[in-house]
Amino acid sequence: MNTNVESTTRTITYRQALNETLRAELERDEKVFLVGEEIGVFEGSYKITAGLLEDFGPERVLDAPIAEEGFVGAALGAAMLGMRPVVEIMTINFSLIAIDQIVNHAAKMRSMFAGQVSIPLVIRMPGGGGQQLAATHSQNLEVWYAHIPGLKVVAPSTPADAKALLTAAIRDDDPVIFLENLSLYSAKGEVPDGEQVAEIGKAAVVATGTDLTIVSYSRGTTTALEVARQLEAEGLSIEVVDLRSLRPLDRDTICASVRKTGHAVVFEDDWLSYGIGAEISATIGEGVFDFLDAPVRRVAAAEVPLPYAKALEKAALPSAADLAKVVREVLNISSTPNDK
Amino acid sequence: MPDVIMPRLSDTMEEGELSRWMKQVGDEIHKGDVLAEIETDKATMDLEAFDNGILEQLLVVAGALVPIGAPVARIGDGSNIVEGATTPAAPVADAAAPAAPAAAVTAAATPAVVAPASATPAPAAPAAPVSTGELRTSPLARKIGREHGIDLHTIAGTGPQGRITRTDVDTAIVAQEAAASASTAPVGPVAAPAPALAAVSADSVSVPVSRIRAVTARRLTESQAVPHFFLTSVVDVARLVAFRAEVNESLAALGTKVSLNDLFVRASAVALRAHPEVNASWGDGVILRHNHVNVGVAVATDDGLLVPVVADADQKSLAAIATETRALAGLARTGGLSLAQMSGGTFTISNLGMFGIDSFTAVLNPPEAGILAIGAASDVPAVRDGVLVSVPTVKITLTVDHRVLDGAVAAAFLRDLTQLLEEPLRIVL
Repeated sequence: MNTNVESTTRTITYRQALNETLRAELERDEKVFLVGEEIGVFEGSYKITAGLLEDFGPERVLDAPIAEEGFVGAALGAAMLGMRPVVEIMTINFSLIAIDQIVNHAAKMRSMFAGQVSIPLVIRMPGGGGQQLAATHSQNLEVWYAHIPGLKVVAPSTPADAKALLTAAIRDDDPVIFLENLSLYSAKGEVPDGEQVAEIGKAAVVATGTDLTIVSYSRGTTTALEVARQLEAEGLSIEVVDLRSLRPLDRDTICASVRKTGHAVVFEDDWLSYGIGAEISATIGEGVFDFLDAPVRRVAAAEVPLPYAKALEKAALPSAADLAKVVREVLNISSTPNDK
Repeated sequence: MPDVIMPRLSDTMEEGELSRWMKQVGDEIHKGDVLAEIETDKATMDLEAFDNGILEQLLVVAGALVPIGAPVARIGDGSNIVEGATTPAAPVADAAAPAAPAAAVTAAATPAVVAPASATPAPAAPAAPVSTGELRTSPLARKIGREHGIDLHTIAGTGPQGRITRTDVDTAIVAQEAAASASTAPVGPVAAPAPALAAVSADSVSVPVSRIRAVTARRLTESQAVPHFFLTSVVDVARLVAFRAEVNESLAALGTKVSLNDLFVRASAVALRAHPEVNASWGDGVILRHNHVNVGVAVATDDGLLVPVVADADQKSLAAIATETRALAGLARTGGLSLAQMSGGTFTISNLGMFGIDSFTAVLNPPEAGILAIGAASDVPAVRDGVLVSVPTVKITLTVDHRVLDGAVAAAFLRDLTQLLEEPLRIVL
């Protein structure tokens, strides 16, 4: 998957991995430019673009007005003419202002213009709750985009994948929604040096096990790994599949894992109804029905606008304890005293 | 590229003997190529490739019995060639999985962090070990049960709401294997330890059975669990014999000959059409009345009993039945019957008249509800119009599945069949 063979690695944050990757691609290809609100002088709301304006100048790192539809549309036009814009939308919540540009234009142009244009556009945006930013600033709307043919949607869970998938997204000739997560920016992980280009559309088995498969993505994968480790101490062997790409969806890897374990739980940050978990669950039912030893279960956010109040927000978001509880239920194991 | 697996080639097949490999490791394979011959419980069939590529590995040796769905060979790009067959790995796929009963799961109606496992409330009492009604099983348990011949109705489910899961089936398999090895332990008065090569002892010789013999044994044993009864009728065949001679005379120009058995097939088909309640099967709580009248004809072969089927026998002329039956019997004796030619029977006729057997009772051919046993013709004295005469007769005995039919209904069928045979012109009307 990764093209680099000799690998020295460093432990860096997800934020730093993104920053270094943007820098590397700006250096590599002069067609690459960045545009977004406060990404230049202010270095981005989450400091992903720190130092880039200084080093690449205002023609490569553009501060945009607070007008998502306008600057996404401008980037789309630039992409049509051969540039490789990387847009930062401050959070996925604000992408709704630009959704016509993304869904009706970026996703459709290659098909509607008979392949005469490609749209090498990347839209980076963080989603996720848990920061007390209240209902309109804490959503997980990735399924809106994962639903749209013509878009690719990737959602890395580690600094290493952030690097390899962002590189792949920038070099891809189709529009890619690059989903980040507020709670992952400071997460650390080993990142190989040198050029790393992921294959978009491939999931990864990030923990191997034989009893049950947890399918997740982005922040959810870190929680899934935590639960897998916790349950391993209880003698359970849990496999974790990190989707990495929501569209295209790597159904083969999901099915191969569940075929082995016979049990599956989807852990998702979005709401339950019509969510990512529904698609995964259907994929498993259609693909490996005969190998299921229990119904596929989903652990998702409570179906309410996310509350601001700390305790309520915590209660509404899917937690490690929720996941562990459902895993035990699927495996028909009674709760242990550790269960809160 | 998926492994080549043992396909399900018939409804009753549980495993197949990979009798002969037709390709070798390293051969280039094209979709549709015959990879091997498979002997099922009913016929020898070709195993065709579904992929293009190089045959990289044979996973079973010729002669191996392989459960449905188990891999038998690997086709790839030629980069992983492995010489020498190994024993089959655990089954990994199932070609024809029956659909599961509709799950009772619905979406959560209220906001919830966790999707409910089921909207159905848990039963008040734990599930009984042996249930006759709705079976709660996981698809995996059902698959494993199928592969090991485990009747899930006999297993207690320990999963949520009494669901039978893999663990329960695995336990049952272990128990079954334990029971099987116990029953093969030496029993009886012979004190001497069984010789290692138990094929021959002083008083008996073990003859390995063919697949046909094995399936005959299994299915007929099954049929003994069916409550059944017998009805015998004596048919005056004087007119039938005369009718046959007359028919054959007129058919001579065509080179076709009609046997008495053909007349029985045709007469039975006509009677079955008039008695749809006999042209039926027990279907696990319902009676299945069949729209077609397909009459099977038992044929003795060197390997065992086969029952080719004359489909829609009530719609075919005597000459057509005669021609078809002769062709089917020929194929049966040469091992060339296709599955289709042995499937779909709704009634069977077994005739031992040529051996001089006066009368006999036949064992039901499940799932059919009836089988007719035909004895030899013999002359018996009878008084007709005050005069003692010799009358040629045949005894016919009907075996009936009592779950499907009661005595009076079966008797009415047999009476009408007897009358048809005694007034043979009606057979062809």
